[in-house]
Amino acid sequence: MAYEGMIAETTSMVGFERDVISAYLARPLGAGPYPGVVLLHHAPGWDEWYWETTRKFAHHGYVAISPNLYHRAGEGSSDDVAARVRAAGGVADDQVVGDTDGAVQYLRSLPIINGKVGLIGSCSGGRQAFLAACRLTNLDAVVELWGGRVVMSEDELTDKQPVAPIDYTEHLSCPLLGLFGQEDMNPPPHQVALHEAALKKHGKDYEFHMYDGAGHGFFYHDRPAYRVEQALDGWGKVFDFFERHLPAGAG
Amino acid sequence: MCTSIVEIVSVEGSGKAASGWFPVEQAVVDYDHPTHAMLEESINIDVVNPSLPPGMRVALELTPDSARALAHSILSAVEAAHEWRVEHGGKRP
Repeated sequence: MAYEGMIAETTSMVGFERDVISAYLARPLGAGPYPGVVLLHHAPGWDEWYWETTRKFAHHGYVAISPNLYHRAGEGSSDDVAARVRAAGGVADDQVVGDTDGAVQYLRSLPIINGKVGLIGSCSGGRQAFLAACRLTNLDAVVELWGGRVVMSEDELTDKQPVAPIDYTEHLSCPLLGLFGQEDMNPPPHQVALHEAALKKHGKDYEFHMYDGAGHGFFYHDRPAYRVEQALDGWGKVFDFFERHLPAGAG
Repeated sequence: MCTSIVEIVSVEGSGKAASGWFPVEQAVVDYDHPTHAMLEESINIDVVNPSLPPGMRVALELTPDSARALAHSILSAVEAAHEWRVEHGGKRP
């Protein structure tokens, strides 16, 4: 049996406006080269599920980093910090894009990276992943998991979120995989249809999958929304997508 | 935050977090994903003091029906407190 191992640890990275923020990094112990993946955590925070998922990518042969998008809200348990961010109206889109750019640059600076970097996020992180893939040009693939509020009404726009991500669609800079649940209320299926129509209109390279019998967050094995069959199929699609667009060994 | 449903109100008094009592200044009521309650979304009530660390927080994750019942019970208790004080020669709380 071949030896396998990984290292997973907290680290620091440079994010938006040169702020130093915390991040969780997991990578195989081999010499590589490996593709990289940036994970944008969901609204409940930089929590255990995201750390687990970061390690999951390392297990599958990726150098994975999850920046703490709530770093500036203070130290504490992920739920306490997330509550503070909720009270503040979330984090600013510009800040998230800057932190994502910093995470991509961090990965690209590592000698074990093969030159390919993807992005994935769920829930608010799914929205932010799509947004970042439209505003950055240093990504090779993006996965949006049930991104809520990609489609936003005028009265949902705020100083922190001044533009609906769907309005950036023409600038999407890499292939997109989107996974959604038919029973999700955020995004509801009719918003996913608008999202897809915009991608078609602009001739973007994308694939969307809408799962029956699934709602919001159907990958979360520690929540009642978990749907094992849909989640296993979805994870298969995620890894297939990344294997095609972030091939191991490419340089 | 996923729904953008957030109400924030100033409050005065004390709350007890895991590490002890602290002066509270703000109650945040929102409808969003819970951390612990086995619900997709819940009415979340966080009583906090923004000048203190995030862990100084009294947190509730409630079903909408129970949150409504709680709101009514608070209003009933406040009104009963007023009536009690009037009967006992005090001022409106």
